[in-house]
Amino acid sequence: MSTTSTVSPAPAGNGAQASVETDARRKVRKRVTAMWTGRIVLGILVVGGWQAFTALGIVDKFFFGQPTGIVTRLIDLFQHGTEQGSYYADIWTTLQEALIGFAIGTVTGVVVGVALGQSRFLSDVLGPYIKIVNAIPRIVLGSIFMIAFGIGTLPKVLLAAVLVFFIVFFNAFQGVREVDRNILANAKVLGASELQIVRHVTVPSALTWIIASLHSAFGFAIVGALVGEVLGAQHGLGLVIKTSMDNFDPNGVFATMFVVAVIVMGAEWLIGKLEHRLLAWRPPSPSEVNSL
Amino acid sequence: MASRNDVAKSPITGTATAGAAAREDARIEISGLTKRFLTPAGEVFTALQDVSFTVEPGQFCAVVGPTGCGKSTTLGMVSGLDRPSEGSVKVGGREVDGITDGVSFMFQADALLPWKTVLGNVLMGPVFRGVPKQQAQASARDWLRRVGLAGFEDRYPHQLSGGMRKRVAMAAALINEPKILIMDEPFGALDVQTKAIMSTELLTLWEQIRPTVVFITHDLDEAVALADRVVVMTSSPGSVKAVFDIDLPRPRGSVQEIRFQPRFIELQHQIWDTLREEVERAYARTAGGKA
Repeated sequence: MSTTSTVSPAPAGNGAQASVETDARRKVRKRVTAMWTGRIVLGILVVGGWQAFTALGIVDKFFFGQPTGIVTRLIDLFQHGTEQGSYYADIWTTLQEALIGFAIGTVTGVVVGVALGQSRFLSDVLGPYIKIVNAIPRIVLGSIFMIAFGIGTLPKVLLAAVLVFFIVFFNAFQGVREVDRNILANAKVLGASELQIVRHVTVPSALTWIIASLHSAFGFAIVGALVGEVLGAQHGLGLVIKTSMDNFDPNGVFATMFVVAVIVMGAEWLIGKLEHRLLAWRPPSPSEVNSL
Repeated sequence: MASRNDVAKSPITGTATAGAAAREDARIEISGLTKRFLTPAGEVFTALQDVSFTVEPGQFCAVVGPTGCGKSTTLGMVSGLDRPSEGSVKVGGREVDGITDGVSFMFQADALLPWKTVLGNVLMGPVFRGVPKQQAQASARDWLRRVGLAGFEDRYPHQLSGGMRKRVAMAAALINEPKILIMDEPFGALDVQTKAIMSTELLTLWEQIRPTVVFITHDLDEAVALADRVVVMTSSPGSVKAVFDIDLPRPRGSVQEIRFQPRFIELQHQIWDTLREEVERAYARTAGGKA
């Protein structure tokens, strides 16, 4: 009992500890600086190169646009609007179509995915049909929706919803299939009803998959809305793109592309926030921990 | 055959006798149990062949046997998660069809919901049974305190050590005060020291509510130290080779110390003599067969 000798503290004590910490912090700072330098240099190279090549006439700016031209066009669009009115109204129309389509597609995708994942029989019956529908280039459905529902908002919403549905559906389905067998058996033995299993076990488990799919799904919702508008519309960013194309105005196309990119990144950010909140229970992934 | 001298020695005799009438429905009778599977290749594989044994109410029964002898399959049919091909499982005289009422399960792998907090996980049992929220919460907190996890209610499973997760699983399994507790190598994945501590704690908790326990293990020491009865199974197709009654007195105290008692060593030797042959046969079939 008395033979244990106390381990003497590390000779350097606090001093060594502090120097290790500052050293580590310096290393991290150095890495961050290098990363940002790399990012900025790359951006300047690409945009600057584009500007230089078009300015020197190596690439014709009439066909390929020019960064400064795009900025001017962007300011012009926001200040003076387009042929069909305010540019903000166009943005709002597209955003609305994409959001509604996204919501419909997500909800139906989750519901059908969970239902099919839950029932072996249903998934066996519907399986081949879903494969067939998935193989169809669904973007073409836009033309059908146009014929059926005219050039209003509805066909764009539907097209966005269809594109979103399949992505969310496949992920929800897979997510339900991946539910841990032990957890399922345990819940059953504890007396959970079918509905309780769905609510407490299946859906939370599939949520990781579903949320991962939402990231790409919103991009598809925007694509659906845009393509619908290009096919025929009275308002919307797709129409702006189409008119710019008809007028041989690449800067207009690029300017609108840029606006769309900003919207998608904003949505992405929001989905990221949502993901962080709903999946707070997950252990931090190794990449989030900086190794020194 | 049934050595039930232990009940009288139980320190909590008051609660044990109070449920004496209800105890009779905690007897497990397994008779002529046979389970066959259809392999993907289309062949019939017999996992269990005519398994029969009885677990008395409130008894701690360990099942040992070589890998792949159908121990888990047997338990699946006791809990009602699986159906027998032939034979029957009776719990309290009633044949099992559907999930058996009043059963809790503990698995080797974690069966905790990673998206629920410790408290949420322990709450599952009462919530599924429709216990009012306040009452359920109070009882969940009480159980967490009993397994020594007070103060960890809001943690998520991934923030806990393996031993702590097992405690949560234990609280989650016991909160419904099951009449039957089925444990499928519950401490198999733990390190030796943690395993010994958890086993001792399990015994203490078991003595408080005295459910009938069926405990699967590979570890013969664990089986003898914990159980009243040890069932030895043969290698595939699984059947009962022998049943031993363990007459070590209760309460047994520390699982680590009981290993040095002469009676323990004697019993351990007896059972190992029976088991060894089966283990060697199973080993020859899997490892030797492929080599």
